[in-house]
Amino acid sequence: MIVTEITDLGVKAIRDGVAAGEFSAVEVAEAFNANVAAAAVLNAFIVATPEAALDAAKSTDAKRAKGEDLGTMGGVPIGMKDLFATRGVQTSAASHILEGFLPEYESTVSQNLWNAGAVMLGKLNLDQFAMGSSNETSYFGNVVNPWRRNDGGNAALAPGGSSGGSSAAVAARLCPAATGTDTGGSIRQPAAFTGITGIKPTYGRCSRWGIVAFASSLDQAGPMARDVTDCAIMLEAMAGFDPKDSTSLDMPVPHWEAGLSPDMKGKRVGVPREYRMDGMDADVAKSWDQGIEWLKQAGAEIVDISLPHTKYALPAYYIVAPAEASSNLARYDGVRYGLRDLPDGAGLQDMYAATRAAGFGAEVKRRILIGTYVLSAGFYDAYYTQAQKVRTLISLDFRNAFESCDVILAPTAPTAAFALGEMTSDPLSMYLNDVFAVPASLAGLPAMSVPAGLNREGLPLGLQIIGNMFDEQGVLNAGLALEQAAGFSAKPERWW
Amino acid sequence: MSVDTETVARIAALARIKVSEAELEAMVPELNGILAWVEQLGEVDVTGVEPMTAVIPNTLRLRDDVIDADPLTAGGRRDEVLANAPAAEHGFFGVPKVIE
Repeated sequence: MIVTEITDLGVKAIRDGVAAGEFSAVEVAEAFNANVAAAAVLNAFIVATPEAALDAAKSTDAKRAKGEDLGTMGGVPIGMKDLFATRGVQTSAASHILEGFLPEYESTVSQNLWNAGAVMLGKLNLDQFAMGSSNETSYFGNVVNPWRRNDGGNAALAPGGSSGGSSAAVAARLCPAATGTDTGGSIRQPAAFTGITGIKPTYGRCSRWGIVAFASSLDQAGPMARDVTDCAIMLEAMAGFDPKDSTSLDMPVPHWEAGLSPDMKGKRVGVPREYRMDGMDADVAKSWDQGIEWLKQAGAEIVDISLPHTKYALPAYYIVAPAEASSNLARYDGVRYGLRDLPDGAGLQDMYAATRAAGFGAEVKRRILIGTYVLSAGFYDAYYTQAQKVRTLISLDFRNAFESCDVILAPTAPTAAFALGEMTSDPLSMYLNDVFAVPASLAGLPAMSVPAGLNREGLPLGLQIIGNMFDEQGVLNAGLALEQAAGFSAKPERWW
Repeated sequence: MSVDTETVARIAALARIKVSEAELEAMVPELNGILAWVEQLGEVDVTGVEPMTAVIPNTLRLRDDVIDADPLTAGGRRDEVLANAPAAEHGFFGVPKVIE
């Protein structure tokens, strides 16, 4: 008999196993706590909360003994991206300016997860204020991808970003699932880089209340896990109308888990011709072609579609997102919470400037300055209004495309995981890694990444499914069809 | 459009971020690289296109006009509001002297 380690189990297997009494929630929490403690070198967690995980697991077991309902995530320990406010547990956004910040309140999404029976293992590392694509902008150091190239060189690779702690932790079996947030690819790209699954739902599905704001018209939370079913379960727990978020969708949350089906008969899958770019990585192109073939075999009809403004999505994003960030991050003033740097004899204005200079990292400053510039008098129309008009056109591209298809299939990222330090010299080259992820973000559409296979270096590649607004079910189902065809079972060999 | 050292210094002042001369020098080419790249948006014909205001069609809700409707954001929470302040004094946020 093959003994499966508890830490190899996913959300569904743990939930069902705890409910059936195959193992206790405490055993599960202990197993994952041990893996977290042994993986310090990955730097996936900023703060681990093993005692809180054990306490919550004990109360799950006590509930079960009394015959109570344990919830859809009962006894499942998860990692929480350190962008979600968690009462009494440091919420830093991986920044110095929020180091030591202990929220007096709980974010809606994390509260929803606790209400569903989930247990917290700790707060996960990320790019500072979620600004980055490699987790190299964190004040608390880089996260290391548990995957390595098969060249024997052992180069430390980036786990993707901004949800790099989440992706590394799930891939390395430090937790069966984790929360992520996606502003311009921050769930999908790290999922692709680590061979896991992640979905960003329609904008407004998950409440933004209690999530440290980056770009409010784009920010959206979602789950990262090892398969599509686990993502469906966790997204169902996270989503829901919240009167405390003015852009929250006042719609019932569908039963995505119950609705899962890999049958693609009668479904039309759009393949956007603009995503096939000159000089595309050969392995990425091959895995995309393979994905098309898989969905065809699952019964789908493949449709050639055009998203003519694709090329302009990234530059529009790099106006809209920094503009919103410069406004959102104005709140860090050294007065109400967070760091204060008060040089001798400084007045209020000097204190603001010194605090923000000391508290923000280089990438955060760069984006605040870009945002301040594009919103400044005389430049607003040329940059910001133009970008928002282009955003309308990008959204219309998708609307037109969805008249002839049900979901869209594309690569998640143009490359597999790159080495730490490889992209940091030029901010632009890093931005370009989100070329396939950003258009869906700008249009607020649900999109997910599913692992498709390994490239020539032995690194995972992801395939992306983009759906029409509110059609998470269609996205999850196409993702499930890919997952079943790909049969992706590779996992990083433990070296840490 | 491109920025020079003086412009970056002015933006940094607007953004309330203190930057050293050396940082300014380093930022000018970085910001110009990004700004030159976003210039390509100017190629797009946006005649008659409305700038996006809501990514998903939605309407702003009004809540009932009730005092302290949400206890979480209502009054009477001074100590919690001040709990993370770097310099809370006598029940207030402390700031450096702003009047001579």
